[in-house]
Amino acid sequence: MDLQKFINNAVSNWMSGEGEASDIVISSRIRLARNIKSLPFPFLATDSQAEEVLQKIEHILKSAKFDEKLELIKMEELTPLEKRVLVEKHLISPNLASESRKGAVILSDDESISIMINEEDHLRIQCLFPGLQLKEAKKLSDKIDDIFEEHLNYAFDEQRGFLTCCPTNAGTGLRASVMMHLPALVITQQINRILSAINQVGLVVRGLYGEGSEAMGNLFQISNQITLGQSEDEIVDNLYSVVKQIIEHERQARKNLMENSGLHIRDRIFRSYGILSYARVMESKEASQRLSDVRLGIDLGMIKNVSPTVLNELMIMIQPGFLQQYAGGILSPEQRDERRAKLIRERLQMENMN
Amino acid sequence: MICQGCGQKPATLHFTKILNGQKTEFHLCENCAREKGELLPGGSNGFSIHNLLSGLLNFEPNPSYGEATSYHQLQCKTCGLTYSQFTKGGRFGCSDCYSYFKHQLDPLFRRIHGNTSHSGKVPARSGGAIKLKRELEKLKQELQQSIAREEFERAAQLRDRIRDLEKNISQDHL
Ligand SMILES: [Zn+2]
Ligand SMILES: [Zn+2]
Repeated sequence: MDLQKFINNAVSNWMSGEGEASDIVISSRIRLARNIKSLPFPFLATDSQAEEVLQKIEHILKSAKFDEKLELIKMEELTPLEKRVLVEKHLISPNLASESRKGAVILSDDESISIMINEEDHLRIQCLFPGLQLKEAKKLSDKIDDIFEEHLNYAFDEQRGFLTCCPTNAGTGLRASVMMHLPALVITQQINRILSAINQVGLVVRGLYGEGSEAMGNLFQISNQITLGQSEDEIVDNLYSVVKQIIEHERQARKNLMENSGLHIRDRIFRSYGILSYARVMESKEASQRLSDVRLGIDLGMIKNVSPTVLNELMIMIQPGFLQQYAGGILSPEQRDERRAKLIRERLQMENMN
Repeated sequence: MICQGCGQKPATLHFTKILNGQKTEFHLCENCAREKGELLPGGSNGFSIHNLLSGLLNFEPNPSYGEATSYHQLQCKTCGLTYSQFTKGGRFGCSDCYSYFKHQLDPLFRRIHGNTSHSGKVPARSGGAIKLKRELEKLKQELQQSIAREEFERAAQLRDRIRDLEKNISQDHL
């Protein structure tokens, strides 16, 4: 596959680098967990009950009026590698890829909508937007939810709200999350203080994971923990205001870094850029760290000839599923490290030619 | 943050476990988390939030319900899941489990969410009757107030609207 075509294939709308504060917020996501009354949850459902869920949803997809062009893909139609690529693009969960029966995903053309069927719940409506666009994502997910609800008897209870398989999702069934790039808070070692403060206001933080065990490239996902007892707007507003504060902290930390250790930061950023441009072997952990440095360099105006979205893309493309798809076959970890270095080199060269 | 397990690698997994009202925070690297069998991000081999939840679910039954309805014997008649399966797996089997285990769930939801009742979106169809019911409750309160204030004309109007609504609700349930 040629690189340009591969990139087009790899890039989803949420990597476009648009939206509020897109120098720090990579993406915003809203997920709604919904279930159909009178059918057992997927882990207990028989094959025919799971099939019934799938058919109900397929029928709605054909008969209801959605503004977006939506396509249903069944998991059984995909190779393990194709499923892995969808996981790496954050469009489906690893769970749907590996363990679901009669699992399927509905995707919109630009991949900002992905609806999982027969994952832990019958339906998981997910909207993924670039930058800080939580309210926009919530609005879209709400609209899609309403359309499904016109055609389905949702499991809903006055006291417990939307009834979900796991008690941690009951109530609104809403999980709002924001992926943030926080290199300056990590470098200046303020990150732990901030993360523990976040935990205290009912939010959860996770690092993003690459191959193996390490958190990837200073990326953190922040999401609500509470789904019962707060309204959808309260949940989203709460997360939004905390994210705004973290953005301010990160901006301030970047400014302080430049004022107090500008030369060292500049050196670190250009070393990383040099290594990414010339290395022949690159493990995923190093790649994500170096990519984080280069992204910081772009945001600080030091590196001018690389578009910030390249980094969003590369973070996804250097993962095992994508590397193997690009190579057109299964690769050993050593081969992947070599391919990864090559892919990054070629991608950065392409930027220089533009 | 350094892993609490090995004290060497950076902790990449953070979670909170609440057991008997005691909150414990864990910060582990993936290796240690896997060894503890507690969790793995997204992987199929081990991690599930449900394992964590089961710690949370194994609390004493509500004493006011006595031995006759011992929580061990509770079972959802729709999907067959027993309460003890629920406490082990941390997942409901179907939406009716919520009613069969109703009396056991308040402390659980309070521990997870700090709350026991929903205050968000009410879906149009499945929640239609609920919306009417909520309006009905509001009108009844208003009626009491206008009677207390001796606003009898207003009270009569309210009484008529309440009758209409009640008729709608009973038709809904036919
Ligand atoms: Zn460890
Ligand atoms: Zn049940």
